[in-house]
Amino acid sequence: MTNVHPEQIATGSTVDADEVAFFAGIADSWWDPKGPFKPLHQLNPTRLAYIRQEVCRHFDLKDTLRPYETLRFLDIGCGGGLLSEPLKRLGADLVSVDASEKNIKVASLHAEQSGLDIDYRNTTAEALADAGETFDVIVNMEVIEHVADVSAYLEACRKLLKPGGIMLLSTINRTSKAYLFAIIGAEVILRWLPRGAHDWNKFLTPKELSDALEAASFTPSAPTGFSFNPLGGRWSLSDRDVAVNYAMSAAG
Amino acid sequence: MTGKSLRSDVTVIGGGLVGMATAIGLAQIGLSVTIIDMAPKGDLVAQEYDGRSSALAYASCRLLDGLGIWDHMEPYAQPILEIRVSDGPSLFHLHFDNETLGDGPLGHMVENRHTRIALFKRLEDIDTITYLAPEKVARIERTHGEARVITESGIEVSSTLLLGCDGRNSIVRKHADIGVTHWGYGQTGIVCSIEHEFSHCGIAHERFLPSGPFAILPLTGNRSSLVWSEKDHLVETIMALGPKAFEAEVKKRAGDFLGDISVIGGRWAYPLTLQCADKFHDNRLALVGDAAHGMHPIAGQGLNLGLRDVAALLEVIADSARVGLDYGDEGTLERYSAWRHTDTLTLLSVTDVLTRLFSNDIAPVRHLRDAGLATVDKITPLKNFFMSHARGTVGDLPRLLRGEPL
Repeated sequence: MTNVHPEQIATGSTVDADEVAFFAGIADSWWDPKGPFKPLHQLNPTRLAYIRQEVCRHFDLKDTLRPYETLRFLDIGCGGGLLSEPLKRLGADLVSVDASEKNIKVASLHAEQSGLDIDYRNTTAEALADAGETFDVIVNMEVIEHVADVSAYLEACRKLLKPGGIMLLSTINRTSKAYLFAIIGAEVILRWLPRGAHDWNKFLTPKELSDALEAASFTPSAPTGFSFNPLGGRWSLSDRDVAVNYAMSAAG
Repeated sequence: MTGKSLRSDVTVIGGGLVGMATAIGLAQIGLSVTIIDMAPKGDLVAQEYDGRSSALAYASCRLLDGLGIWDHMEPYAQPILEIRVSDGPSLFHLHFDNETLGDGPLGHMVENRHTRIALFKRLEDIDTITYLAPEKVARIERTHGEARVITESGIEVSSTLLLGCDGRNSIVRKHADIGVTHWGYGQTGIVCSIEHEFSHCGIAHERFLPSGPFAILPLTGNRSSLVWSEKDHLVETIMALGPKAFEAEVKKRAGDFLGDISVIGGRWAYPLTLQCADKFHDNRLALVGDAAHGMHPIAGQGLNLGLRDVAALLEVIADSARVGLDYGDEGTLERYSAWRHTDTLTLLSVTDVLTRLFSNDIAPVRHLRDAGLATVDKITPLKNFFMSHARGTVGDLPRLLRGEPL
């Protein structure tokens, strides 16, 4: 196989077999439950359960296998599409965006393999807001800790949310337990995440996130913890344990 | 070739209790199901098709209740109020009753025929299950994203997930080339039903005779089901006996506490073997019930073990499907497999030890086990442990077995 940089391939207009094979290789790693994204795969059912619980409660939806059918969703920072595909299966009219063109390619290819038609776009929240797009639900999971200007970002999100809509966020708390768990544990010792994936100083506490949301004219909820049980490798929702990973919903 | 093709979320091979209960549970979750079975539907509920009965542990009854099946079965189910275990002529015995645990009967005895009728009745209320019978599987094809079954009459059914609920000689298991480990004991279980003069008072008896365990299990009315284990080389002769001679042999073993006894219906012989598949899942398929593991009738746990599979599988599928995850992918099936494989191996090992321990007449072993039975009877926590096993309420229980909704 020739060693070609993915960004170079991405500019090509015709699809050839080598290109598909190249991206299929990366897609396998995003979607390999035992690969480098193992922690996200483990967390995924719990994140999805949180989204379902909040969206169904907010819009008073029926408990079916396609509850999202009447709603327009935006998945920001969709990565390989780990949340987008489940949201689509549950009936969402979905736009998924990521700033990385590579991620969009990987996600599109995997969705095709899964037989799902998802509107993936290589763009940003700010650009979408400028274009006047609006959504009933914005999914904003594990994104805010990577954002440079939190208040500008949340203002863009506010413009994207329809009146009466809801935004779901999840992130990592700035506590010593989070430092031990997410940085020393996940990055250094377990090597679950690439080193340098997280900058602890950028983490927001629930209070800081709540204040930032209010400043951007959202009505934030109390935080819900994502609590990890290392024995079974399983996560669960917790009202009390918000020391490491937590989620919050914000009504428009 | 008719070339007809169908699409459903899940395909179930085998329309027995395990396959039907699974399909009904999947429909409750909101998934569409196609069941494929070899036998014509009418045969399955005929009296002569299957005169056998099954012991359903308390937890299994709760599962069937959660699936809306139990209401149709209950009028035909005999509660087991007490279990008495004894060792041949020995006076030492073990005695379990529901008053110790105080939460309803230990389990129920139900004739398989009534269970089937109940399943078909429940099926009438569900329009998302397609029942294809009689149809034989000709070919199975699997890709990354789906499993396809082609029947001998040319019907093609494609699904996200394929379930092998097709018994000990599972076609699905063979197709996936999943190996099986066997244990044999040189014994065969003879099964029949009897009618008797006196009431059984809801008591189940398990007696350890030198040839192997002999169980008398209460059915509705003055009837009981017998499981009589015998050394292989004698079985052919016993099965060939005329009705009077067979009845005489049964009387000899059952004793006279039930008064006069007569054998009703047919008799069946099953080799006493244990078997367990090397794994319970593969790409886009999972094995459930006897396809995954086989157990002889002594412990009365075969069907209960199968229903534990059903409850665990339904739970992992529901958990995935509700949040939009691919319920037929490796992540979901791996969770089922890990959950059930360990539990199954534990139960099979315990059964293996018990079978070896109780199927012999070597004096020191017999004294030891008598002492064991007497000891267990006196130590309440130990007794409760065995009793909870009988009721099926131990271990990491799926929601349906705990009496909770899916």
